[in-house]
Amino acid sequence: MTLKTRIIPCLDVKDGRVVKGVKFLDLVDAGDPVEAAKAYDAAGADELCFLDITASHEDRGILLDVVTRTAEACFMPLTVGGGVRKVEDIRALLLAGADKVSINTAAVTNRQFVKEAAEKFGDQCIVVAIDAKQVTPGRWEIFTHGGRNATGIEATAFAREVVSLGAGELLVTSMDKDGTKSGYDLGLTRAIADAVSVPVIASGGVGDLDDLVAGVSEGHASAVLAASIFHFGTYTIGQAKAHMAEAGLRMRLV
Amino acid sequence: MTQSVAIIDYGSGNLHSAAKAFERAAAESGIASTVHVTSDTAVVRAADRIVLPGVGAFADCRRGLDAVPGMVEVLEEVVRAKGRPFLGICVGMQLLASRGLEYTVTEGLGWIAGDVALIKPRDESLKIPHMGWNTLHQQQEHPLLAGIETGPQGLHAYFVHSYALVPARAEDVVALTDHGGPVTAMVARDNVAGTQFHPEKSQTLGLKLIANFLGWKP
Repeated sequence: MTLKTRIIPCLDVKDGRVVKGVKFLDLVDAGDPVEAAKAYDAAGADELCFLDITASHEDRGILLDVVTRTAEACFMPLTVGGGVRKVEDIRALLLAGADKVSINTAAVTNRQFVKEAAEKFGDQCIVVAIDAKQVTPGRWEIFTHGGRNATGIEATAFAREVVSLGAGELLVTSMDKDGTKSGYDLGLTRAIADAVSVPVIASGGVGDLDDLVAGVSEGHASAVLAASIFHFGTYTIGQAKAHMAEAGLRMRLV
Repeated sequence: MTQSVAIIDYGSGNLHSAAKAFERAAAESGIASTVHVTSDTAVVRAADRIVLPGVGAFADCRRGLDAVPGMVEVLEEVVRAKGRPFLGICVGMQLLASRGLEYTVTEGLGWIAGDVALIKPRDESLKIPHMGWNTLHQQQEHPLLAGIETGPQGLHAYFVHSYALVPARAEDVVALTDHGGPVTAMVARDNVAGTQFHPEKSQTLGLKLIANFLGWKP
């Protein structure tokens, strides 16, 4: 009996549609996030993550509708992030059915927002998403706006701080690795995972199943997030779990 | 006859998906049930089965429950005196304890003697919150776990918590899980049951447990 390593597929959602679509399985509508969520639920994903990349803040209603319909259809934990700036944003997402809400830029620009959110809704539902780039060997800094804006803030110190303010989990994405399919930035993942008491989700750069294993065994992550390798059917959730179990990791095999 | 299930709404998080899970379990098991998400004490008093959910901190949840006029009294009446089947989930289960020790000492309902204390894994590299999927180590038979495979090869339940109920009486513990040491996963006494994990997020195990609860005759 031990806690299992979680596999979390992440869907980028824009204006209520999955960006690029989910190409695996026989989805009638590859762009429907609710259908994709159901498919991942059935495939045995341990959690699901929606990242809203809708440019306009006025279109939040569409996202809330997607979250509501997903929560009605899937009985597994759902994390939603993207554009979360105010306590009201979090409340609306939780009321729609999200279990956890991920805060990114707002945690950098206003550290107290993390504290306020955790006190209001509990540590367990506040995820801080950390986007970092390596600046010198062994030093990573926080970047915002999809990696374009440097902040000069050192990543592990930032991680410790947001955890002390009440973040219950950290989603750590390497902006150097994201989209490269060359594997997670294991140095970054491990530096943060070893610095904090809360679970860390490794993100950014997965190309094959060994990358998932390394995220846990070398990166010390508690959960691994991936997008394209699952969406495009390169690997199934089942194959990923079997591979990680063979490598000696404890997985929930359903 | 259709039975009524009251999921108590006292401002602690989203109950919509919990209600959907109960509706789906009812439909799949063929136990006709109407599910009410409610803060109305009259609805709770009239309900055949009562569910107390809860997310967040113990003291906040206790404050929220106390803020619904008459709710604690109605629960004492219908659950304790009249013996209606009751299920507490996560902090809703922790509230059954005598005391919560999160941030400050807060009185619980005292239905299951014991304290709610911070989980302290023996292995310090283990993370807190205990967040994710874990298996159950059943300590005794219980109708809510009927037909659910437990043990290391059994089904998984979804947990997310930093504090756990430590019952004073071993006989109240139905199932443990492990996170660097034993952690209470499920308690029960008479018509009162509670799960630290979230059945409404626990896929197969969760829907089966909810169906068992809907048919439970304590």
